[in-house]
Amino acid sequence: MTKHSATTSNYSRRDALRMVAIGGAVGIFAPNLLGKPAFARASTKPSGRVIVGLGQEPTVFNPLMAHIEVDDGVHFSVFDALFRIDPQGVIQPNLAVEVPNQKNGGISEDGLKWRIRLRDDVRWHDGKPFSAEDVKFTLELIMNPNFRSWRTAGHALVRDITVVSPTEISWRMEEAFAPYLSFLTETFIVPKHILEKEANPNNAAFNQAPVGTGAFKWEKRVPGDHLELVANTEYFGDGPHIERLVFKYIPDLTVLYTQFKSGDIDLVGQPYITPDHYGEAKTLPNRVVTLLPRTSFESFYLNLERPQFKELAIREALYAAIDKEAIIQGLYYGVPTPTETFMPRQSFFFNANLPLHKFDLNRAAKILDQAGWAKGADGIRAKNGVRLSFANSTTSGDPLREQLQQFLQQTFAQLGVEMKISNLPAAVMWGEFWMQSQFDSVIVGSSYLIGADPDVTNRLHSRSIGAKGGRGSNNAQYANPEVDALLDKGARTFDPEARRAIYARVQELVRRDLPFLPLYQSNSVEGLKKGINGFVPNGNTRTESWNALAWYWAS
Amino acid sequence: MSAFLLNRLIQSIVLLVIVSIIGFTVLNLMPGGPLAQFGLDPGMTQKDVERLATQLGLNRPLWIQYLDWAWRLMQGDWGHSFRDGSSVLAVIGRHLLATLLLMGTSTALAIAAGTWIGIRGATHRYSLFDYCATVGAMVALSVPTFWFGLIGIYIFTLKLGWVPAGNMYTIGDGSVLDYLHHLILPSLVLSLVHVAIWSRYMRTATLDALSQDFVKTARAKGVSERRILLKHVIGNALLPMITLAGMQLPSILTGALVTETVFTWPGMGRLFLDSLGYSDYPVVMGLLIFSAILVVLGNLIADIVIATVDPRIRLA
Repeated sequence: MTKHSATTSNYSRRDALRMVAIGGAVGIFAPNLLGKPAFARASTKPSGRVIVGLGQEPTVFNPLMAHIEVDDGVHFSVFDALFRIDPQGVIQPNLAVEVPNQKNGGISEDGLKWRIRLRDDVRWHDGKPFSAEDVKFTLELIMNPNFRSWRTAGHALVRDITVVSPTEISWRMEEAFAPYLSFLTETFIVPKHILEKEANPNNAAFNQAPVGTGAFKWEKRVPGDHLELVANTEYFGDGPHIERLVFKYIPDLTVLYTQFKSGDIDLVGQPYITPDHYGEAKTLPNRVVTLLPRTSFESFYLNLERPQFKELAIREALYAAIDKEAIIQGLYYGVPTPTETFMPRQSFFFNANLPLHKFDLNRAAKILDQAGWAKGADGIRAKNGVRLSFANSTTSGDPLREQLQQFLQQTFAQLGVEMKISNLPAAVMWGEFWMQSQFDSVIVGSSYLIGADPDVTNRLHSRSIGAKGGRGSNNAQYANPEVDALLDKGARTFDPEARRAIYARVQELVRRDLPFLPLYQSNSVEGLKKGINGFVPNGNTRTESWNALAWYWAS
Repeated sequence: MSAFLLNRLIQSIVLLVIVSIIGFTVLNLMPGGPLAQFGLDPGMTQKDVERLATQLGLNRPLWIQYLDWAWRLMQGDWGHSFRDGSSVLAVIGRHLLATLLLMGTSTALAIAAGTWIGIRGATHRYSLFDYCATVGAMVALSVPTFWFGLIGIYIFTLKLGWVPAGNMYTIGDGSVLDYLHHLILPSLVLSLVHVAIWSRYMRTATLDALSQDFVKTARAKGVSERRILLKHVIGNALLPMITLAGMQLPSILTGALVTETVFTWPGMGRLFLDSLGYSDYPVVMGLLIFSAILVVLGNLIADIVIATVDPRIRLA
């Protein structure tokens, strides 16, 4: 006879009660985690207004023209692209029905032929229907030699754009170029029926009163002050939920913060809240202040053609002599996050297994001793007639960076390394001095990713060395054949998992070779009023207003 | 009169040419340029930057760029902004109203207050009022405007909440009352310096007029002080002020950089600063020519008015 009847359950009363409690809790809370159900919002008219404060004025409203980061906020709201990139780094369809890849046939096996199916329910703000003709027009306009377009990388490889039907477009690429998918997330589609009539698209009236397909329509602009967008109630997607979106320009950063405190603006946009206000901002009532990861990182960037930096031992020793924690906590109020790589941590391709930096002056001294760099009579190490002395430059007038330089100068001096500080105004610093590798070392903050794509050929490939006649921003003059081969392969590989492995290895090699000493990944101090829901930070875009269509005021 | 005007016209053209050449040279000597803002953009390759430079015509020799610009200007084409492509005249026009509002109000306040303070200071020389006015003027001239502005915001906005922190109007409002409400603090702060200048000049001019023989004669005749002041002195004291006002005209339309930045006022001063920062050559050159024209006009008007009003002066 069996001990337990076949019909009784195996759970005790206590277990059963626990499961009911959990089930009930999940039933109550889970739907909220997925967001309010669409039907709960779609029926209500968009209401309310959000004012975003910006420290630079958006002036370029044609998303294909050369522009800066603050213009992105307007572009994301007024226009749509074929795809969007979400906060996790995954590409999502926007104007396209699905993301093309080699599995669904959208991209051919050799990566050269692309077919994209588009939505059929999209209308321009003036009521005309959107079609594949607009996509073709957009891609051709970018490559128009008389048009002051922003980026042509990737677009320059497109040939034979064919409108198969109003909802389908195809083209051929000159070479397999995987990053193009990411580039298309930042390529907004402009209306053919308006722009084709313009003799000179650079001076078109459209540029001051843009017409897009996005969630917000252009309303008006008061130059030097603000611009207003209104909700597009016929938008094909879910949203918008606010009736008015205002971008307000406040040139002085202190005044920007003051207006956030006083409530004159609802959300702080670029360049966000300065780190010295972070402590106070966190304590403000009715405000939500968070840290947003960005794609840019700060590094101590080296010119590898200088005799002082040629040996790996020197670079390792210098890296070990940097007290990152003290810098982040003492100078930057704990805002940035230390990093070992150029890849931002929110990226799908981030390598989390890189060796961690440890501040150890003794170890640094030992490395230098073993490499044969002995202290000379003046206390500075030297070897074969080369003194371990170099200059470090950055933008002058940046007090935080200047303090960082002084801190490093003192630490390095203990090691017998002489670092001279030589700063320049921004326009001089980042001109030829930077691009032709005329510096010794630089403190620089930059982003290596274009459109969140991990392809860093422009920064780390040996053919991107400007000083050696190449075309690119590999100003450290880093040349590693293994990295070159990996970068070439990564640009031709479309499968995200395969690319992940490739770029993980690139990060390993770069971390080992230390062409630059990575300091920290930048975080922005974002502030918004309590009551604004739907705000989601996206470190893979350049703007905080990438999804203004999802914002709404809690009632 | 026509000979005078012709003379002036020729002088003005020479002035405009010199100003534009100097401005153009200095602009191009400045390191950086309109494409420096894209320097750290990871997506823009060297090729993109070079392409933009060619499209903007920046690779041509400087003298060709200058002559091209000057030739177009003579035909009425002030050029297009490098930043957003709109015509320079449109860009200037958009900011002009804001500047007129702020500068016009503050100059009117300054003239009214400065004149009154100056005259009273002269007629009650060495009194407490005069002493306070002198010290006040020194303070207003020595302390930077942005300090006054920030203190003003701190006291009147953050602590007392009487006036808004800045901007021209509240977004969503825009009524006349709203504009006035926003105008109070910036125009007051801006007028401080002008009140100081005007009151000092006015005081000196009044003292000078008061020491004239005809005033002694009038007093001897038994005319009341008030009548002497109103009928004889003020008219003469205001004469040098006309010239001063003529020199003020350009600044009414070119704005005040610092005040506009502190109070986030979208005026011409800010436009100039922003355009310089982005090396937006067409707009900067346009603003330079605009200011130069205003200087010429201002002085011309002042000279004509003073010649009309003062019979002792004849136009050359």
